[in-house]
Amino acid sequence: MSNTLLWYTTRGAGAVSLVLLSAVVVLGILSVLRVQSTGWPRFLTVGLHRNLALMTLVFLGLHIVTAVVDPFTHLGWLAAVVPFSSYYRTFWLGLGTIAFELLLAVVLTSLVRGLIGQSTWRLVHWLTYACWPFAVLHGVGTGTDAWSAWLFTLQAICVIAVLAAIGYRLMAGSRDPLARERSSYLAAVDRREQR
Amino acid sequence: MNKKLELVVDRIKCDGRGLCAEILPEMIRLDSWGYPIVTPGPIPEHLTGLAQRAVDDCPVLAIALRRAATQHQRQKGT
Amino acid sequence: MSGPRLLDGPDPLMGPERFAAHARRLGPLPKGGHALIDLLVHTGLTGRGGAGFPVGIKWKAVAAASRGGAVVIVNGAEGEPHSKKDRVLMTSRPHLILDGALLAAAAVHAKQVVIYIGEGHHAALRSMTEAISERSEQERRLMRIVTAPARYVAGDSSATVHLVDAGIATPTTTPPPPRERGVGGAATLVQNVETLAHVALVARTGTATGTVLITVAGAVRAPGVFEVSLGTPLGEAVQLAGGPSEAARAVLLGGYFGRWVEVADAWSLPIDPHGLRERGLSLGCGVIGVLPARQCPVCEVAGIMRYLASESSAQCGPCFFGLRALADACTRIAERGTDAGDLQRLLRWSGEVQGRGACKHPDGAVMFLQSAMKTFGDDFAHHPAHLRRSA
Repeated sequence: MSNTLLWYTTRGAGAVSLVLLSAVVVLGILSVLRVQSTGWPRFLTVGLHRNLALMTLVFLGLHIVTAVVDPFTHLGWLAAVVPFSSYYRTFWLGLGTIAFELLLAVVLTSLVRGLIGQSTWRLVHWLTYACWPFAVLHGVGTGTDAWSAWLFTLQAICVIAVLAAIGYRLMAGSRDPLARERSSYLAAVDRREQR
Repeated sequence: MNKKLELVVDRIKCDGRGLCAEILPEMIRLDSWGYPIVTPGPIPEHLTGLAQRAVDDCPVLAIALRRAATQHQRQKGT
Repeated sequence: MSGPRLLDGPDPLMGPERFAAHARRLGPLPKGGHALIDLLVHTGLTGRGGAGFPVGIKWKAVAAASRGGAVVIVNGAEGEPHSKKDRVLMTSRPHLILDGALLAAAAVHAKQVVIYIGEGHHAALRSMTEAISERSEQERRLMRIVTAPARYVAGDSSATVHLVDAGIATPTTTPPPPRERGVGGAATLVQNVETLAHVALVARTGTATGTVLITVAGAVRAPGVFEVSLGTPLGEAVQLAGGPSEAARAVLLGGYFGRWVEVADAWSLPIDPHGLRERGLSLGCGVIGVLPARQCPVCEVAGIMRYLASESSAQCGPCFFGLRALADACTRIAERGTDAGDLQRLLRWSGEVQGRGACKHPDGAVMFLQSAMKTFGDDFAHHPAHLRRSA
């Protein structure tokens, strides 16, 4: 296979993965915020979030495989699973490896959520907030054309979208109508310190 | 052998997200405050798939499928 | 014919009956075990905490689910505002309760007895603490006291388990019920203090006590706690409390989760779980509240609904929002007069709230309201606007 084709595929798949991952994070936040309209039911947000996450894994897989197989990068399969084990841009690639493994953990636990229970699932799901920035930084640090116009624009849009969603989430507070009442009742009847 | 399934909501976990009512409006509707009212009784055969989807899609795992109780089960105790 | 009664012995107002006097009067603690469970089934003793569940059947279930490490919770929370019977029992006959608890522990193979008392009920706490210290070392090792916050739902069975287990007195989702999986996952028997006191006597005599404790409150001359024989007409029980202090309109039977009855029908009601159930009523926690004719029933009901709404633990949407909406609608009718829309709302929301909470709190409140709307139908339908009476 042509080296250039592999190289372009790696970069393309990587870019698509980042866009998809960013969309997944934004959809996850919109789902917690219970966003909906007459034409957009809540299960659509959740469904897209889940399906795009799976798609992200597909493109990520393509990105990793083409990168490892490409003779130019001198990457072994080990670099795909052990962070900071490559000679090629050790640090920035390592971040990508970590992001990949975090995403894998999040997706796998989501697939077996019924078995592991809601609280464990939720704990692992918080790792997405580590996964996404690592993925962004990996993209910024490893791409040879990191500062080429199209990639830069793409990354900027992704970052702005996710940061905006996070900002909105922080300002909006809990959408659970009982959140405040429940915690004030709990505060009144909590006797854990007495025990 | 009773193969019928019914939907059961954990009322404490449920926080009114409303996805279940969107997915299975034939059996679930929302009350005045956004919480699900489930039609009691076994789920009709043709709706089982959607019922399973409602269970899987609940963001807080508050709704579940269980084998439908027979008449003299569920003796209420304190 | 009558056997010993709970309040036999020294005057309850003179303080707790000490262990020595208790043992002298009633003899030693009888052997419990499986025979006692059969006896309880045979005598048909029902719980006195409010639900009225047959005691023998409950013990049988817990014993069956127990694997040697069951837990007994002695429920003395008494969260019902007007009820005083549990406190009277704890402050005057603590050893009857402890006897019952120890018999229960033996019967269901429990290694722990937790005595659950409201943290504001200081006299009861003192009395039970001293009573425990008077028992043998073997008995003392099994028992401990846990204090509960003074909230209405803190007396719910699953809430007692939740507090003992995790320190938080809120009801939890059942199934599985405490009798199958309670404290630390073990089978747990939650039983009211009065029920256990009856058990202590049943175990000694082999027959039912035939009595029940009631709290008579409201517009009576001498409100208080009385022990009456089962089947006593309600009017007679109210006479024990000095009779109505003024013209009475209705009686609230069973506390805030109970039912309203017009006085004309109330006086002849038998104070007996089975007899009342046949009439669609219940003794509940044994509170008999007399409403004077002078008092507006709509305003009274609105006040109680506001209280019940504020006592929701806010874990379930339908309960928290539903009861608040119902209470608000009642208050609007009470303050601003009847409105067809509000009456409709009361009917609709009652239907939406019932059965949709994790515990029985919303159900109890809704059935109380439905009973009020039936008994005071005209008052609700034609209520004029007037200022709210201060609570």
